[in-house]
Amino acid sequence: MAILPFLSSRTRHSVLRGPLREAGRRALLSPAAPTYVHSPARPAEHTPTLPSTEFSSTGHRRPPPLDWTGAGARMISSSVGISHTRYGSTNHTLNSHKRFYWVPRPQRPSYRPGAGVATNEAHQSVNDSFEVQRRTFGSAAEPIQRNPAYSVLNPDDVSYFKSILGNNGVVQDKDRVAVANVDWMGKYKGASQLLLLPKSTNEVSKILAYCDSRRLAVVPQGGNTGLVGGSVPVHDEVIVNLGGMDKIVSFDNVNGILTCEAGCVLENLSTFVENEGFIMPLDLGAKGSCQIGGNISTNAGGLRFIRYGSLHGNVLGLEVVLANGTVLDMLTTLRKDNTGYDLKHLFVGSEGSLGIVTKVAILTPAKLPSTNVAFLSCNDYMSCQKLLLAARRSLGEIISAFEFMDRQCIDLAMTHLEGVHNPLPNLPYKFYVLIETTGSDESYDKAKLEAFLLRSMEDGLVTDGVIAQDISQASNFWRIREGISEASVKVGAVYKYDLSIPVEKLYDIVEEMRSRVIWQKYWVMATLVMGICI
Amino acid sequence: MKILVAVKRVVDYAVKVRVKPDRTAVDTASAKMSMNPFCEIAVEEALRLREAGAAAEVVAATVGPAASADTLRTALAMGADRAVHVLHDPDPARPLLPLAVAKILRALAIQENPGLFILGKQAIDDDCNQTGQMLAGLLNWPQGTFASKVIVDKEKQTATVEREVDGGIETICLDLPAVITTDLRLNQPRYATLPNIMKAKSKVIKKVTPAELNVDIRSDMEVVQVDEPPKRKAGVILSSVDELLDKLKNEARVL
Repeated sequence: MAILPFLSSRTRHSVLRGPLREAGRRALLSPAAPTYVHSPARPAEHTPTLPSTEFSSTGHRRPPPLDWTGAGARMISSSVGISHTRYGSTNHTLNSHKRFYWVPRPQRPSYRPGAGVATNEAHQSVNDSFEVQRRTFGSAAEPIQRNPAYSVLNPDDVSYFKSILGNNGVVQDKDRVAVANVDWMGKYKGASQLLLLPKSTNEVSKILAYCDSRRLAVVPQGGNTGLVGGSVPVHDEVIVNLGGMDKIVSFDNVNGILTCEAGCVLENLSTFVENEGFIMPLDLGAKGSCQIGGNISTNAGGLRFIRYGSLHGNVLGLEVVLANGTVLDMLTTLRKDNTGYDLKHLFVGSEGSLGIVTKVAILTPAKLPSTNVAFLSCNDYMSCQKLLLAARRSLGEIISAFEFMDRQCIDLAMTHLEGVHNPLPNLPYKFYVLIETTGSDESYDKAKLEAFLLRSMEDGLVTDGVIAQDISQASNFWRIREGISEASVKVGAVYKYDLSIPVEKLYDIVEEMRSRVIWQKYWVMATLVMGICI
Repeated sequence: MKILVAVKRVVDYAVKVRVKPDRTAVDTASAKMSMNPFCEIAVEEALRLREAGAAAEVVAATVGPAASADTLRTALAMGADRAVHVLHDPDPARPLLPLAVAKILRALAIQENPGLFILGKQAIDDDCNQTGQMLAGLLNWPQGTFASKVIVDKEKQTATVEREVDGGIETICLDLPAVITTDLRLNQPRYATLPNIMKAKSKVIKKVTPAELNVDIRSDMEVVQVDEPPKRKAGVILSSVDELLDKLKNEARVL
């Protein structure tokens, strides 16, 4: 299979840090660490694979595809290229213990471990590179060994934490810790014994400084609504849950800039800013429980991505606590600030691997009064793509969401969700699209949407559709879309992959998977926010 | 048989309304307006009766300003055949009361001569629950209010209505023509599909004024002031039973 689970941008960093550090250290300690993988001594076994030519042509070293940066389509397509060649020479490389080639930058032995992820990679010996790759790509499927370099929690640690956080802030109660150990889907279960609930940045800083000195592994946790196991411990990491830091610090209601702590629940923030006439730039199905710190750390996209863009554009400032307890105050509320390096972008999407986000300054767009939602059905995937293009042209500035679902998703939602009403019953269409427009003039927007949809119907892009006549009908449509994850959990175990793929190839993945899986037994379905893929 | 359905344009059910700063009325300028949910159920019931063959035509009617035409378009998009719009610009201090609306609808009923007049049981902005009953009284027609099930018998020209009353369900049989007001559990209104929206553009909306219908809609009541209900005070989290007892004794004075 060309695309593997490793493409998820949410590889568990706590898992990877261990082997990476270890491998890097080993490489440095071994006397004749072969830093060049392109050793001329072994030309026969050296397959000139696609990635290495890529690297040499670009002239600089490239870190292995750990996907932390979430570079999206470009990165993925090159990873696809890599996997093809790797599989093409699988037997060959397994025998020769060479899995992956990259050209390291020359003269690096003076770097210390932990100086940066990229340099660690460069220093791995050839054998280690093989192991690291396997662990990276198979992280979900294989049991991961606990790295003995991390210490085990002892009662002195607990009493120290109690002295910082008070008795209420340190939770060892089995039930509460058990809840924090399991992710939302119920798939990943850690073995942590300690849950910490700091209430201020100062406390977070002290916790991390102590854990750093004691070499205790830490996993930051927000709403624990992630679907890929990034928010729960792998082994016995200390869980630092930021849910207690839920104060809104300030709101500039002229410019719409909200400053709040990382533990604020997204829905509460939405309600607050909506009261002032603004909206949050992101909206997810998990908004009732997910926290803004987690959203930022995972660079969440969400339903409003097509209109308001990524969090990289909307986050104006961050306050972050680094792994050694240093507090990095980048909490500016300026729209444009070119002083110094724009480090906050490193933390947006880094999933807690570089630091714990404690405060956020986010730009909130103005709330527009008129919202219209339409639920449409299409016959084939090509029409959906054309519909997206047409929507962007005709609806232009008022389009605020474009969600694509296939038949299986709708069936699942109808069967397992309560209180939903199928907008297009009795129709055999295979693909469904939900379009939302948000604008300032109700009648103008509605006329525009209706005209666009009628035209699309005449052109044959849309086979049937409904337009919501009031807010309850609109929320029904959204409930179907947002409830697909929830409904899928009720059917059985779910394997969820977060992929960024060129739009034309999107549905090919689903069909490919279906041909390889007995799809009457397993539901293979795709629900996609097409805005992200553009 | 013709069915006449009365609909009303109200503030959308899901909107959190606020009172205007001068406390004369509710602030509807920025709120989304749509068809009253009970009126949607009424339109749906009329359409189902037409589809079952009990009726030949469904006519939607509304009383309101020019913007109420949107509500009629929704009714037409759901499937109504034509619509009548009684134009009336509302004055917030003297809103249109159920009696005036009932008089207007009576004039329409005399003009159109329907076999059944279906309304929603109440509007969600004033919650009066009076228009249907007053209309039946003015027309001297039988009424089946709070209907949760309607079965029309064409040959016998009767309607069997199951009503939701406090004690349970009451089943009554009405001779047509009759007035029925719909309750929540009667049906699930359909969505306006695109083909129907397209057809609705060519359907006729007749515009009339109350004067043309010879109805006097002068209101006897005047709205003096509108206030929000007092806000609920936040709860207090206590840390021990002693504190609870202390508060119950000294603050709430219930012990």
